[in-house]
Amino acid sequence: MSGLKIIVLAKQVPDTRNVGKDAMKADGTVNRGALPAIFNPEDLNALEQALRIKDRVAGSTVTVLTMGPGRAAEVIREGLYRGADNGYLLTDRAFAGSDTLATSYAISKAIEKTGPYDIIVAGRQAIDGDTAQVGPQVAEKLSLPQITYTEEVLEISKKKIKIRRRLERGVEEVSGKLPCVITVNASAPECRPRHAKQTMKFKYAKTVTELQAANEDYITVFENKPYLQIEELSVKDVGADAELLGLSGSPTKVKGIENVVLEAKESRKVENTDAGIEEMIKELIENHTIG
Amino acid sequence: MNSVFVICEIEEGKVADVSLELLTKGRQLANQLKTKLEAVVIGKDLKGIENQIFPYGTDVVYKAEDKRLEHYLTLPYTSIITDLFKETKPEIALLGATSQGRDLGPRVSSKLKSGLTADCTSLEIGPHEDKKAGKTYEQLLYQIRPAFGGNIIATIINPEHRPQMATVREGVMKKEIVDTAYKGEVKNIDVSKSLKDEDFVISIVERHMEKRKVNLTGSQVIIAGGYGMGSPENFNLLYDLAEVLGGEVAASRAAVDAGFADHARQVGQTGVTVRPKVYIACGISGQIQHRAGMENSSMIIAVNTDENAPINQIADYVINGDVAEIIPRMIKAYKKNTK
Repeated sequence: MSGLKIIVLAKQVPDTRNVGKDAMKADGTVNRGALPAIFNPEDLNALEQALRIKDRVAGSTVTVLTMGPGRAAEVIREGLYRGADNGYLLTDRAFAGSDTLATSYAISKAIEKTGPYDIIVAGRQAIDGDTAQVGPQVAEKLSLPQITYTEEVLEISKKKIKIRRRLERGVEEVSGKLPCVITVNASAPECRPRHAKQTMKFKYAKTVTELQAANEDYITVFENKPYLQIEELSVKDVGADAELLGLSGSPTKVKGIENVVLEAKESRKVENTDAGIEEMIKELIENHTIG
Repeated sequence: MNSVFVICEIEEGKVADVSLELLTKGRQLANQLKTKLEAVVIGKDLKGIENQIFPYGTDVVYKAEDKRLEHYLTLPYTSIITDLFKETKPEIALLGATSQGRDLGPRVSSKLKSGLTADCTSLEIGPHEDKKAGKTYEQLLYQIRPAFGGNIIATIINPEHRPQMATVREGVMKKEIVDTAYKGEVKNIDVSKSLKDEDFVISIVERHMEKRKVNLTGSQVIIAGGYGMGSPENFNLLYDLAEVLGGEVAASRAAVDAGFADHARQVGQTGVTVRPKVYIACGISGQIQHRAGMENSSMIIAVNTDENAPINQIADYVINGDVAEIIPRMIKAYKKNTK
């Protein structure tokens, strides 16, 4: 049996989870530039599911697709180090300002462009927006069924898939046909670490833009080792309609952004002693907060 | 103006709380827009379900009943809703930000090419001027939500596409009956017109739903732990305190990610929103993402080793120190004063 062609959708995101003090500006707002760019956590869970499918079905390949600026090639390299076979960077200024709908359109065009596929695996949501919309919207754009909140792929073959998915208050086992889109939950197994041999092999995997910036002769490099090329895709390459991208392709607009500035409330300091804490507890009991 | 629509969800045979909360909000929005509030409910046996929905001021309840629709399935639900929206052209459509709503919402919005804003913490009606296009809009839905890890609050609008869609988490909006005798109209949807065989390519093989064990939204006393609790063992201290005070244990996202607590206990933008009488935040730094889920608590007590933790700024009481010392002191003080 020939293997499955698996596409992983991954996003590079600013690490918004632990905004440290050095990332806060004096006015109490976040200095976004100070946040490290990371592989979106649930996309790593998705990569792991894809690699498990590859381990299970001989002859399968894993392609990492990401959309973002040039530096997002890092996400693809990380995917290659952990066991992916190749990757595409969907990058174009025309994508700037895209909301989830325009983003999904761009990604769906790229998927169509990169050829036949059997399954698309994405993280449930990205930590910079937490919307969980791109997976289902890509599925809709490609007229594919979707299975969200995947925790484990129980069975998979060229035609069929069975999945356990995690809902708010329970689990569901569902079965369906390929091709389809699955989104993977944080409760799914963590991604395996980098593989030493893969890391060696793909250490110098680069996009043409990256090699040009480093003044390297990319033609010779890629001629000798074609697997080192991370292919870049532009709006034109994927045949997308520019009107449906960026701000013009986004039905939702940002009307305003308010930086969150903590407003201090008058708070009382309680001494960490038996007496200090007892005084507080007494007050709470007296004003019927507890009791 | 066309209607405000709420896509209702059924939980254990009843309309889910989050849907009733959205109906309450939807009624207010409809009043401002001087339009109708409509609801749609999909399921296998919906006899009399409208009686749970009308009291919230709902003018029309659309019912889509079919034996294949007992449990939520993405494709058939999408087909029914998109057909209904093409016909009724709602101005606004609201869904719960539940496993179901967050699966269905993007699918429907993609199909209708409308926009969708996830996990709104506030919904308001307001004007908008697009200077570039030289257009003004009188009454748009402001979809307000934290973004960028909760470090900013964004107001999202959807000027040109309808419906303006938004999801909202349970507990964020208040649930309020308008009139127990409010009478609306029932319209039955002919599902055979919308459903195709290929809508059923995904089927549910097995389903294990747990009853709600953790009732954070209904709890008046919440003891919450964050990443600063350091270990699952330390987290157990919170259960001790909760038991003594008759409260429930909650967690921040960082604590859930670290495996200290189950997701069902998560408070914050991507968890549950609570407004208890007292919220005791232990080892929680208090990023806005977390605060979005608890800042309306009547009283906040912050227990933290970090004197500069953001949570201290919204707390009524701040105790600096080691939770492993402080919690036993609280338990001791409570027992001593309640005998």
